[in-house]
Amino acid sequence: MKRFLKIYLDKPELAGLALLVILLVIFQIKSNGILLSVENIRGVMGLLPEMALVAIGVTMLMICGEFDLSVGSVFALMPMSIAVMLNAGTPFPLALLIGLAICALIGFINGYITLQFAIPSFITTLGMLFIARSLTIVISGGFPPLLPDNLPTWLFTDYIWQGSILRMSFVWFVVIAALAAALLSLTNFGNWIRATGGFNEAAASMGIPVKRVKIICFMLCSMLAGFAGLLQVLRLGSPLPSIGEGLELQAVAAAVIGGTALAGGIGTVFGAIIGTLLIRTIDNGLVLSRVDANWFKFAIGLLTMFAVIANAWMARISRKIKVEAHK
Amino acid sequence: MTTPIIECRNLQKWYSGVHALKNVSLTIHPGETVGLVGDNGAGKSTLVKILSGVHHQDAGEILIEGKEVHLRSPKDAMHHGLETIYQYNSMVPTMSIARNLFIGREPLKWAFGGFGLMDQKRMREESVQAIADVDLHLRSPDALVGELSGGQRQGVAIARAMHFRSKVLILDEPTNHLSVKETNKVIGFVRGLKAQGLTGIFISHNMQHVFQSCDRIVAMARGEIVFDRPTAETSIDEVHDLL
Repeated sequence: MKRFLKIYLDKPELAGLALLVILLVIFQIKSNGILLSVENIRGVMGLLPEMALVAIGVTMLMICGEFDLSVGSVFALMPMSIAVMLNAGTPFPLALLIGLAICALIGFINGYITLQFAIPSFITTLGMLFIARSLTIVISGGFPPLLPDNLPTWLFTDYIWQGSILRMSFVWFVVIAALAAALLSLTNFGNWIRATGGFNEAAASMGIPVKRVKIICFMLCSMLAGFAGLLQVLRLGSPLPSIGEGLELQAVAAAVIGGTALAGGIGTVFGAIIGTLLIRTIDNGLVLSRVDANWFKFAIGLLTMFAVIANAWMARISRKIKVEAHK
Repeated sequence: MTTPIIECRNLQKWYSGVHALKNVSLTIHPGETVGLVGDNGAGKSTLVKILSGVHHQDAGEILIEGKEVHLRSPKDAMHHGLETIYQYNSMVPTMSIARNLFIGREPLKWAFGGFGLMDQKRMREESVQAIADVDLHLRSPDALVGELSGGQRQGVAIARAMHFRSKVLILDEPTNHLSVKETNKVIGFVRGLKAQGLTGIFISHNMQHVFQSCDRIVAMARGEIVFDRPTAETSIDEVHDLL
């Protein structure tokens, strides 16, 4: 029993899962059964993959000890640059590749400046937040360009089959999440990410190229954010320059709610997904329960604080159990 | 006489105008446990950083087993059999013992370009063995290093060095911030090195610790070696007076 309790306490994402179930039950009752109706789930599942992909990228970066506030802006810049390229006659696959390369470059710049000049990534990426947002609006020319109608939406955002609850974006999300989780827990590179974030000096003294590890995480994070933005634009059919505003903080909140430590070293992809699901459920549940939607951010704020306090508390209790079991 | 395992010849190092190492030459033979003492800023840490590949000397040579080597990174040093255990200890508290033991040297089941899937079963089994080899008793290789005491952590670090068949173990202030009991444990580990056929360099402020565990005392001051004698032929007071 104690052993079971300890395993549970060591996994903060499981607490998030429990909270999710409770919230689902409450909102299901409050919304008179609409929350878990097929139509509503279909709506939520359109947005979820986009949010979750951003949260996964941010989580990986946070595990290696860095931070990215520019994901919301990259979320808008990547699809906007693709839309501009498409309008200039670039074929979609090439535009997609260039778009991803732009994201990778932004991630590289974030990482390079942070590490080369030894400034907190919080500041670097805050700068990038403004730069990327500004670029998005500049290249859009002030109003959103139209997307051509022959885009391969069947590959990205169409429903998997006629009448299906899930879109293709959900498949992308599942595959990418599985790959990211495998990268973190099964590969040597995942070991390096955790070591780098857990104790940078120790990792470096064991010969791990900590700077390279961090820069790769910055790049992955930006690419995931950009790809998620593309999914949203393809779903909505129009590249608005304002999408993704405030997303960076929601992604951090999702990561933290899912048990990722701000100081680095701790966190899971599963936790990021649970965190995102919690935020989506609260957002959707409040609306369906006819609560003033402006309470949404209040609830997220409360949940974030609660999650961090609860995680610290759980870790402390867990350590105590260990000591008792030992003596 | 056997070939020295480490030979430093006329090492020089400057840090932005400060002459941190002045012509340091030091020869260490296999199986020796050398205590390196000296005040802050005497050059101990600089020497250790050069031997562990963190910094590179500005002049002079390092020979390992008679061959000149260039230690350009910690990986290089480990590759030549020099492993360093730092005072802040080279363990990541948020990771399990098994994962810590293999940081940067993970056994891979399948790899491409140096990246691949870790053989986690082997990591667990070998870490249990490695820890048992240094007479450390821990419950599980999956326990987080952050849950271990300071002495146990240093024990795991030593187990790691032995597991990878390091020839020389450099212990940079391993007893700092440890309780008396934990310190004794670490001193026990250092004494055990000889039996395992390892060479040790034990850096410490604390004369007692060094005298209890080493068979040769080297003292540094102002970037130079000022004293070098077998432990049996000297005393704590003599070294103290000198510094």
